[in-house]
Amino acid sequence: MSAGRTFKRGGVHPPGEKHRTAAVAVEDAPLPERLVVPVSQHIGAPARPVVKKGDRVLAGQVLAEAVGFVSVPVHAPTSGTVRRVDVAPHPMGTPQPAIEIEADGDDAWAEPLEPIPAPEAADPSVLRRRIQEAGIVGLGGATFPTHVKLSPPPEATIDAVILNGVECEPYLTADHRLMLEAAGEILAGLQIVLHLFGLERGWVGIEENKPDAIAEMGRRAGDGGWAEVVPLEIKYPQGAEKQLIQAVLGREVPSGALPMAVGAVVQNVATAAAIHAAVVRGRPLVERVVTVTGPGVREPKNLRFRVGTPVRHLVDRCGGLTGDVAKVVLGGPMMGLAQHTLDVPAIKGTSGVLCLTRDRVRTAPAGPCLRCGRCVDACPMGLEPTGIAAAIGADLVEEADRYHALDCIECGSCAYVCPAFIPLVQSIRYAKGRVLSWRRKRGR
Amino acid sequence: MSLEPRPLTLSSSPHAFAGDSTARIMWTVVAALAPATAWGIYAFGPRAAWVTALAVAGCAGFEAVFQRMRGRPVTVSDGSAVLTGLLLALNLPAASPWWLVVLGAAVAMGLGKHVFGGLGQNPFNPALVARVVLLVSFPVQMTTWSAPGSFLADGISGATPLGAAKTAVATAGVLGPAGHVDLWALALGAHGGSIGEVSAIALILGAAVLLWRRIIPWDIPAAFIGATLLVTGAVWELHPDRVLDPLAQILTGGLLLGALFMATDMVTSPLTRKGRWIFGLGCGVITAAIRLWGGYPEGVSFAILLMNACVPLIDRFTRPRKFGWVKEAAP
Amino acid sequence: MIEAVLIVGGLGLVSALGLGLASLKFRVEVDPRVEALEGVLPGANCGACGYAGCSALAKALAEGAAEPTACTPGGAEVAGAIAGILGVEAGTTVRRIAVVHCRGGRGVALDKGVYVGVPDCRAAALVGGGPKLCSAGCLGLGTCERACPFGAIHLDGAGLPRVAPDRCTGCGACVDACPKRIIDLEPDGCRVHVRCRSTDRGKAVKAVCSEGCIGCGRCAKACPVDAIAMDRGLARIDPDACVSCGRCAAVCPTANIDDLVAGRCKALIDEPACIGCGKCARVCPVDAIAGERKAPHRVDADRCVGCGRCAPVCPAGAIRDGDPIPTSVETAA
Repeated sequence: MSAGRTFKRGGVHPPGEKHRTAAVAVEDAPLPERLVVPVSQHIGAPARPVVKKGDRVLAGQVLAEAVGFVSVPVHAPTSGTVRRVDVAPHPMGTPQPAIEIEADGDDAWAEPLEPIPAPEAADPSVLRRRIQEAGIVGLGGATFPTHVKLSPPPEATIDAVILNGVECEPYLTADHRLMLEAAGEILAGLQIVLHLFGLERGWVGIEENKPDAIAEMGRRAGDGGWAEVVPLEIKYPQGAEKQLIQAVLGREVPSGALPMAVGAVVQNVATAAAIHAAVVRGRPLVERVVTVTGPGVREPKNLRFRVGTPVRHLVDRCGGLTGDVAKVVLGGPMMGLAQHTLDVPAIKGTSGVLCLTRDRVRTAPAGPCLRCGRCVDACPMGLEPTGIAAAIGADLVEEADRYHALDCIECGSCAYVCPAFIPLVQSIRYAKGRVLSWRRKRGR
Repeated sequence: MSLEPRPLTLSSSPHAFAGDSTARIMWTVVAALAPATAWGIYAFGPRAAWVTALAVAGCAGFEAVFQRMRGRPVTVSDGSAVLTGLLLALNLPAASPWWLVVLGAAVAMGLGKHVFGGLGQNPFNPALVARVVLLVSFPVQMTTWSAPGSFLADGISGATPLGAAKTAVATAGVLGPAGHVDLWALALGAHGGSIGEVSAIALILGAAVLLWRRIIPWDIPAAFIGATLLVTGAVWELHPDRVLDPLAQILTGGLLLGALFMATDMVTSPLTRKGRWIFGLGCGVITAAIRLWGGYPEGVSFAILLMNACVPLIDRFTRPRKFGWVKEAAP
Repeated sequence: MIEAVLIVGGLGLVSALGLGLASLKFRVEVDPRVEALEGVLPGANCGACGYAGCSALAKALAEGAAEPTACTPGGAEVAGAIAGILGVEAGTTVRRIAVVHCRGGRGVALDKGVYVGVPDCRAAALVGGGPKLCSAGCLGLGTCERACPFGAIHLDGAGLPRVAPDRCTGCGACVDACPKRIIDLEPDGCRVHVRCRSTDRGKAVKAVCSEGCIGCGRCAKACPVDAIAMDRGLARIDPDACVSCGRCAAVCPTANIDDLVAGRCKALIDEPACIGCGKCARVCPVDAIAGERKAPHRVDADRCVGCGRCAPVCPAGAIRDGDPIPTSVETAA
């Protein structure tokens, strides 16, 4: 039995598959010749381009500026010339506006933002502005602008900051390596976030399949007790925000509410490191670590890459693909996005490039639901996935709403266990869209 | 430069799956019934093998026929029809005439399954629907039990312990000699009954595999057997001269076959753990009530079918608690 | 025996009285017009009117909350019947039918990959925008076909929806169901359609679809009535201005434009019969008819596009079909 804390309901235990890269130190991917930087790499309003074709740009220079509060700017990942400002392939599937840069190879940097060497003495509003200016978004994959998450309304009281080092997605080891190799920066980032809320003490949640990371983070945090490293049971989706808060604090975020409703703020460990770099060194977010892995990759690796680097370039760096690759996923196997080409750029939210061989790709059609109830047992949100899917399959939008389709976090546990191969997550995602538009119509 | 093979597969997340499939579940249950089937054939002879083969072939055949008629792809290979056929055979006496078996297969697949829309849509366990239709239509053929080993000496028929007890109480008012049952013989399967229900040991052996593979939940059999034990035990305490002792109640008749393999059918049992407990308890109580006070000596089939009918209601009132909701009304 | 009859009969009598009284006392007043209105509505409950079905519309009509023309599938006939029941004027309805603006079926438009998932266009569109490389193209999973309450849409061999004009009632269920928004309701009169919605550059369109609109603009130049406008690399026909002459379809290099007019002829005026009223000249969109007042008119065959507008307005029935105009593109079913 595990001694680690965990969330209460549901969850699944997919094989970790992390052995391929867990012991492989992060390596810098070489600069590609061309980078495609989408203006939308975050949830919220896409950034507005401020450069045009032919412009010379330096690394770290703003390429596109934030539009409104829930938006962040996009910076040049390296120095070079703007070749195109046009729609280009995007990991989301449909082409989106992007700025294509031909790298000059010098990697010359623009003046950094003014460093704030002593953030503990800085005004919180200055720090929040810096975090937005630096283009920082949640690096766990959701890419929600970080400064928004760090700006709760005045009536909310935040008393707990949790760093998310769970990395519960199988195959991925980027956060794991970062915790081993940059524990100090992550903890410095945590300190900045704690300072923003005037708190003394925070938590770091790490699954027990990373004992070395638990030890390293604990060692770096020291005995002061200001950062408590919490070992967590190995169970998917431990890293989902609501589940992590329940595991660490025992608090249950109400349906439809944000973590701040229970006084909690969760940040990914990589985001914390990026916050530290932006504040103390004045570095905008133009790089991150990605795990390029899967049975279809010859030499799986953890790579630090510049935002906008083509996925093909990253795969090349890992010895290329084996012949029988049948699916390429950006992100992890439970929540990642399937791609139809390697010609998409890796962006701020790209935590993994997963290449699956034919034997691991399911193409068999879905059968009828057997009512086995495994999806109900697996759902960490206490939903009945098969009920939602059946309701929306019969076009019963109101019924899907009564089944609380909107509470679904799309973690994939239900479809993972379904013996009838029913694409439950896709059905529920579709149901959520229909429920939202139905509610809007009804509200009118 | 690495070139990706085209075309790549595009699908929604997740991209990883636990290994189980419908076919694998069905065939595993079929395999888990092998010990009970083997014992039935050993005890009741080639006749039992013939009935089993006919029921399985009949169900598979009718499945294909009905699926053709409905314009659906034929999915006999998923094992669900074979499983229904096997369960039907195990619920029939070894001496069943061929037409009874074929009729049973037709009823199971037609009335039990495809009128509702096929796999996953049927509210009642198809094999039990067939058994009950046959029981009320052809009571004589359905209760002509052979004694184990009787195929060696042709024509010896043996009453089931439950039937003998019911008859004794009805005629003499007390159990008398019918109350003396050898529990070891019951556990092994050396008594009269339908092909698959007689050997408790063989059934438990098979079910253990399913429990370990998590294909059947443990709560339904526990609740079912527990409730039967409690109710019959309480009445036995009061009237030991008229009621078989509770252990004999568990080991005789179709109770183990029903509790382990029929009530646990995924399609026709509740979705949640709480629901499964209610379902199992209901099955047990009804079984005991029919055995103690009903006209039939055995009530497992009726109990499961009655509780099958309650499943939508049970599901509705035992919905899981949703994360982040304090209280919730049934929708 | 007598007792039994009396008891059962008595029970029946008492219950009947009770029921009778209850029905009087708890009577719900129903506007008799609602029932009559329900009788004339088609009863398909398609929802085109925006109400939850024909009964709901009937109620709204009786309350004056809906116009007599609210039922588009019913057309002028139903609108007239409704107006009759309500004792009001029926407005005018233009018959509109669904038009599919994509011809990128299998073998024409390229797929991104092998799609595995929910067989529904709206759900498939959530997987990276759907399995077609063209982001504006038909996904071909038949959601419109299933949404049509009148069985007027069927997928053809290439997986493209085909609308049967005689069955389509213009209810718009398919328009709402299509995640790519490539189905529009257009006036039935317009029989020439651009079957593409991609506003990508011509080169980008060509890369993903062999029959898409590449924005070359030849159709707009060929149009005698300026009914075609180029919108970011996509030709759009204004159905109200279009005279269905088919010249655009004839010049389209990718054969994208559908011409549904089966046979088209130049107009020919039977000069002895012509009374010289000039009505034909006034309706001619290309000024192909000329003549002195009260004198026989003449058709300039070079200019005539065969739209057929003149013949119906001639009070003397003097206009008939002349030389047939060949169609250069295949005519869609």
